[in-house]
Amino acid sequence: MTPRLELRSITKRYPGIVANDDISLSIMPGEIHAVLGENGAGKSTLMKIIYGAVQADAGEILCDGKPIPAHTPAVSRALGIEMVYQHFALFESVTVVENIALSVAGSFDLAGLSRQISELSNRYGMPIDPQRRVHDLSVGERQRVEIVRCLLQTPKLLILDEPTSVLTPQAVQKLFGTLRQLAAEGCSILYISHKLDEVQALCDSATVLRNGRVTGTARPKETSAHELARLMVGAELPEMHMSPAIPGEKPVLSVAALSASPADTYGVDLKDISLSVHGGEIVGLAGVSGNGQAELIALLSGERTLRRSETIRIDGKPVGHLNASERRKLGLAFVPEERLGRGAVPTHALWENAVLTAHRAGLTRHGLVDRSRASNFAKGIIERFKVKANGPQSTAQSLSGGNLQKFIVGREIELAPKLFLVAQPTWGVDVGAAAFIRQTIIDLSRAGAAVLVISEELDELFEICDRLYVICQGQVSQSLARSRTSREEVGLMMTRTERSERGEISMGRDAIALQN
Amino acid sequence: MDLFIAIFTGTIIAATPLIYAALGELVVENSGVLNLGIEGMMLMGAAFAFWAVIAGLPMPVAILCGALAGVVASLLFGVLALTFLTNQYAAGLALAIFGSGVSAFLGRGFGSAPIDALKRIRIPGLSDIPVVGPMFFRFDPMVYLALLLFGLITWFLYRTKAGLILRTTGESPETAHAIGYPVIRIRYLSVMFGGLMAGLAGAYLSVAYTPLWVENMTAGKGWIALALVVFATWRPLRVLLGAWLFGGMTILQLQGQALGLAVPSELLSALPYIATIVVLVVISRNRQILALHFPASLARPFRPAS
Repeated sequence: MTPRLELRSITKRYPGIVANDDISLSIMPGEIHAVLGENGAGKSTLMKIIYGAVQADAGEILCDGKPIPAHTPAVSRALGIEMVYQHFALFESVTVVENIALSVAGSFDLAGLSRQISELSNRYGMPIDPQRRVHDLSVGERQRVEIVRCLLQTPKLLILDEPTSVLTPQAVQKLFGTLRQLAAEGCSILYISHKLDEVQALCDSATVLRNGRVTGTARPKETSAHELARLMVGAELPEMHMSPAIPGEKPVLSVAALSASPADTYGVDLKDISLSVHGGEIVGLAGVSGNGQAELIALLSGERTLRRSETIRIDGKPVGHLNASERRKLGLAFVPEERLGRGAVPTHALWENAVLTAHRAGLTRHGLVDRSRASNFAKGIIERFKVKANGPQSTAQSLSGGNLQKFIVGREIELAPKLFLVAQPTWGVDVGAAAFIRQTIIDLSRAGAAVLVISEELDELFEICDRLYVICQGQVSQSLARSRTSREEVGLMMTRTERSERGEISMGRDAIALQN
Repeated sequence: MDLFIAIFTGTIIAATPLIYAALGELVVENSGVLNLGIEGMMLMGAAFAFWAVIAGLPMPVAILCGALAGVVASLLFGVLALTFLTNQYAAGLALAIFGSGVSAFLGRGFGSAPIDALKRIRIPGLSDIPVVGPMFFRFDPMVYLALLLFGLITWFLYRTKAGLILRTTGESPETAHAIGYPVIRIRYLSVMFGGLMAGLAGAYLSVAYTPLWVENMTAGKGWIALALVVFATWRPLRVLLGAWLFGGMTILQLQGQALGLAVPSELLSALPYIATIVVLVVISRNRQILALHFPASLARPFRPAS
């Protein structure tokens, strides 16, 4: 049988770095093939080469046994190769259906396409409203749009780059069902992920990359997770160290009966939210994106302020009316979900990005930036947090996602915060870096800081949190002790009132009632 | 009544060159390119159209000459800004100065005699209806063409796939490239369209509006067109209304001068520019709307990843 896709000795060099070095792999029709590797291992470059967005320096790509001439994304799509980017290829100023229309050949029939999108997205349990502007969608919702866009094309080869990081366990199972069904129909799937359990559950074969080279191939279903991780990281993964939490007596952060209407048209109303975080503990906020997290984060970080100042308190002090800078003075540090744009200025150097929030840590003199101190501060973060960068002069955008995240987390932790607010700490970050970031967060809390982690990754929340809240449609649940709840229970609470899952709601309530 | 009709028709005519130039620039900017050289392209269009009339070419051919001169001028900008990725502000300003120089050089041979202006149409029956006839059915063909183009451009931008591609290229050329659209070619085409429209605007000035050659006869209309596009938040209907506002103020201040108002004439002459900008600033204050319609990649050079 001819492979659907075959790579022969693909090599791609960038100034100062070999992104892909002599990579070969092949995928049969209907095969689900995993590409595993840490960030910076060359996975993304390889995917772009396969899709034609980037040209290889050497090597050959064959589709159904024939070399692909003059390879561009358009050629790929004509051959039936579709790709879901990790950083989404969506236009923000236009609607979902217009975005999808741009990559669909044929007549320009928005009404018909809208119906198709609604139907397809509901069938696969990923409901999206085709008329909404992408600008107003959360990361998770944008990913659904990307996946639905590809499925509309009935592809022959589907490339998915970390597709499950924002889905509930139930939605992941649904997606896997979809992917298996697609594979059974003959579609080949190239699945990029760092979640070993998912790769083991889904994929028939795997190619492991490290530093741009193939370090091994495996049959994930027959190989241990430990062995796969070793191939990826090249060393043993660090064990997570977590001592029991000793929460402080008074809450560092307390939110009481917070209600707010959204700033933009498609936002979520927050309804009567109460929660508290004590020093020395890590509290998680679980939920499918687009259920009010963005609105809540903006209010907690001070990006939006409230008239009623006593709704939010830090160390007992009413702060609702204070802006982000004033709250930071009280000991708040914040790592936002969007690294580039909110967490760091893409085109600025790391030392300049350090000054943005750490200027209070003695980086200014007489109101002027002290360059050498700022530079040393950035250098310190790079060393302590093992950030792969050329130095404080590198621009934020030149770093891989995981490395920039380590830098931003490092910058905030260096401020020795009393209250640490972090959204999606390991979104798109590889295993090694994610483990490091999680351990750093644990250490910070055990040193006495109050930590609130807002994440859509249940595995992560269950790994590091002492208590959990669940947010759904702007409402926050009662606090749940991690030791007394389960992924399934939280997963059901996350989708409590979603219409498409009504069948599961009653089930969920029963299950919870039984457990009680 | 006659005065009202005179002001109304005067407004429509005075607005016409702005409609051409601003709608052209609107398309260019929607693709993410900022061409500041409208004034230069308009002057080239004006000079070449005027030259063609003097050379004895028929009127439609003369107007076409003006349009083509605009396209050629815009290509100078295109090569600099899109192929060589020079700073778009600098390239546009250079084009504005270059166009004014070339047109002045050409114009030295034109003399000061007026030419026969573009004929106004007469539709038997319609043009003779009292009031309505002179208000709507006695303009020259280029006035109607401008309105037709307004409709076509609005339809193109918001109702066709090509228009959607153009707008999204302006938001994120990187994404458009990733999906597989030829960003540079799209931008070249829109820059050329902008040149064509600016050329038509210039031609209208020299062969219809004031059929007489005067150096720098655009008198800053290219810059006003540029401001119109920004303050109209990149939407065609607002461009049209802004152009009419400018036209109206132009005619009103002329009437005011004729009536001998006790206001310095220089101040009156400045009125249309001030009024247009003030009104447009006021209506474009809604930040959310501005952010939504602003072509996010405006004036940023794009090099396809390789």
